[in-house]
Amino acid sequence: MTNSIKDLEEEAEVIFLIGTNTTENHPVIGYKIRQNVLKRGAKLIVADPRRIELADLAEVYLPFKPGTDIMLINAMMHVIIKENLLDKEFIEKRTEGFEEVKEIVEKYTPELAARICGVPAEDIVKAARIYAEADKAAICYAMGVTQHSKGTDNVKAICNLAMLTGNIGKPGSGVNPLRGQNNVQGACDMGGLPDVYPGYQKVEIEENRSKFEKAWGVKLPDRKGLTLTEAINAALEGKIKALYIMGENPMLSDPDSHHVEEALDNLEFLVVQDIFLTETAAKADVVLPGVSFAEKDGTFTNTERRVQRVRKAVNPRGNAKPDWQILCEVATRLGYPMSYQSPEEIFEEIRSLTPSYAGITYKRIEETGIQWPCPDTDHPGTPILHKEKFVRGRGKFHPVEYREAAEMPDDEYPLILTTGRNLYHYHTGTMTRRVAAIDQHKPHNEVEIHPRTAQLYGIKDGDMVRLSTRRGSIKLKARITENIKEGVVFTTFHFGEAAANHLTNASALDPVAKIPEFKVAAARIEKI
Amino acid sequence: MITLTIDGKRVTVPKGTSLLDACRIAGADIPTLCHDPELSLAGSCRMCVVEVAGRRNLIASCVTPAEEGMQVETESEAVIEARRIILELLLARHKLECHVCERDGDCKLQDYCYRYGVKDSRFKGEEPHFYKEDPNPFIERDYDKCIMCTKCIRACAEITGAFAINLKNRGHNAVISTAFDLGLKDSTCVFCGQCIMVCPVGSLVSKVEKGRGRTYQTEKVRTVCTYCGTGCTLELKVLNDRVVGVNSIRDEKLSPANRGALCVKGRFGWDFIDSPERLKEPLVRKNGELMPVSWEEALDYTAKRLKEVKEKWGSDSIAVFTSARTTNEENYLLQKLARAVIGTNNIDHCARL
Repeated sequence: MTNSIKDLEEEAEVIFLIGTNTTENHPVIGYKIRQNVLKRGAKLIVADPRRIELADLAEVYLPFKPGTDIMLINAMMHVIIKENLLDKEFIEKRTEGFEEVKEIVEKYTPELAARICGVPAEDIVKAARIYAEADKAAICYAMGVTQHSKGTDNVKAICNLAMLTGNIGKPGSGVNPLRGQNNVQGACDMGGLPDVYPGYQKVEIEENRSKFEKAWGVKLPDRKGLTLTEAINAALEGKIKALYIMGENPMLSDPDSHHVEEALDNLEFLVVQDIFLTETAAKADVVLPGVSFAEKDGTFTNTERRVQRVRKAVNPRGNAKPDWQILCEVATRLGYPMSYQSPEEIFEEIRSLTPSYAGITYKRIEETGIQWPCPDTDHPGTPILHKEKFVRGRGKFHPVEYREAAEMPDDEYPLILTTGRNLYHYHTGTMTRRVAAIDQHKPHNEVEIHPRTAQLYGIKDGDMVRLSTRRGSIKLKARITENIKEGVVFTTFHFGEAAANHLTNASALDPVAKIPEFKVAAARIEKI
Repeated sequence: MITLTIDGKRVTVPKGTSLLDACRIAGADIPTLCHDPELSLAGSCRMCVVEVAGRRNLIASCVTPAEEGMQVETESEAVIEARRIILELLLARHKLECHVCERDGDCKLQDYCYRYGVKDSRFKGEEPHFYKEDPNPFIERDYDKCIMCTKCIRACAEITGAFAINLKNRGHNAVISTAFDLGLKDSTCVFCGQCIMVCPVGSLVSKVEKGRGRTYQTEKVRTVCTYCGTGCTLELKVLNDRVVGVNSIRDEKLSPANRGALCVKGRFGWDFIDSPERLKEPLVRKNGELMPVSWEEALDYTAKRLKEVKEKWGSDSIAVFTSARTTNEENYLLQKLARAVIGTNNIDHCARL
């Protein structure tokens, strides 16, 4: 997030939610947005193919067709430019490349967008006006925007919209991706990515490499590596021979499970470090028992970039070991001795190499976590990014054009399948499926379907159905609801026995981020 | 700023400060049941009454603004008498079963009865029968213990915004209810448990925590939730080296992302920690089956196989998936292991999934 969670509760006058089912996926942020509407009169714009709870409080609800984000946002920009609602001063002083974007969005009329997105043109105009006319307007998005074959372009379009109206670098505004996992921000910050060292220092820049070579005392590879989705493909092609997986369950989380299974089976050696024998761990040659968040010390970094202390409450179960200790043991046996005495000692090394974490110490975050960037120990942290200037200097407008999703509905697969989470379960269910109360409350997967779509296929609420795509099929219960767009069906990826990712498309990746298109796959449904 | 005298002590507070806050600033320990700094004022329990010179009646301090020159007594005889009577009235409909109550030792009603020596009620009449059998797996609703402070209603509306519960009936028959008196499952309840967080007595308790240990028996460890990326602070309750429950921390300094508010996963989703399915020994595949082995064997074998692959196919034939579930320190170590030890930049995690 460029801004803080608190901004959504106390500062923002307008919040544009696109591709985030906030009350189910980030419930506490959802409460705050709702209270902002109820107590302070903030206005909501909700764009989502599913009528999420917050749509009930929205000034405008845009149930647009999955995969048409750029069409919608470019049309909003078209309106803002045409009606002269843009922030000229911000564009002149803080940005570059506006003219190219202006030229491109010229053809994205609300009428064209209405046809492609399946929402009324006047609602697009209304949404554009509400967003542009506010003094402080925030955009929040989640995987509904990014999990597309053009996810990167979707995000660029959102950034264009924010810059066009000067809604960046001030309280209550910003571009706010809501991150879905407890430490996904931290895993990225720490260089758990194939192209960057900790603090997003690119591996292909020699200066960065020599800094880390000096610190770590070894020669480092100079080319960026493979992303997760690419590595799975490479395993299938026999180019990746061994895989070390810590705390991940690609058998359920990655697109096209059958494809993942083949890839894992093709490995010479698979190590999985986890707390349960997940679907992935069951395929391993070695399983190393790590521990849960309650059994170790360390830090997590939340979606607002706040580095917070995680504290050990109980001892590791059985002979399991804290994951950091396991990693030290493995590294040492591979001929690179690691002998950290505590997570704090590791953190000290992190901050010596990561400028944005340099000023954060365990002592400073004993009570309140600090938001990076925090360059020195006197720095209070940074609740709002890009305040005076952007990291690169001027904010760059990136013209982006609408393209269809990789797999569009056809006669054989006439529906659009979109996937996600529900309130009760988390990710691949490794933890929540083993929480007795939660699994009792939500024991089965369901597919949401609009009454008119259901009628076409003779499906009634609660019927068992077969949901299929070109990758495979799963059996699950139908839940008939008007909260989803006609022709679109939704299911979750929490359940191993009816796993959404048997169905999703592994070949449609965003060209930059390599993110899979979980939000659009052509599907069909039949009663069984 | 205005200046007033509380228990003989002069205090100066900003205009608009409530008399309750002014008393607390002056160091007075004012009992409250229905007051919560984060919720709208109810002014209904009257426990916070104080005596103000020149005023005919005792004043509920939570709903009264402090005024210039007020002379306030917070524990006068009249105040104590009033509080005793209020407690007796509350006891008249409160099911007294402290010996089996989850909140024994952590109950405001119990604390105040102790403080004012209230043993029994002179107002016993018809026994209440408001116990609600609610078949959800998360929240137990025993309204025979409810003292009608209505904090649960306000927390549901003003923190979560679920509007699942409200007051039904009046007077002696008043009770907290969902629409049409249905179970929580059939209401708009999202099982966040904010109602449990604010309940001052044992009327609302976590079914997941029930019978696992009372608050005073447990050690509390402040940490961060393990689910989504909001980063909610919570407190794990620990007894005999097991996590037995979760508390909210409402101080914004300690709980900046959530000020104590949680969701169903954060508040009720912790017992996987002691699931019998937890992996407790390293496993190595032998003759096609995963067999328990010692750490030495598992680690030696892992290192040997990784070395073999690296020697035979090169560093880039190995890939490493780190985890958005683990700590920063562990992510740092694993990417260091991939880059500095194995010698590959093939490291990624499920950020995209």
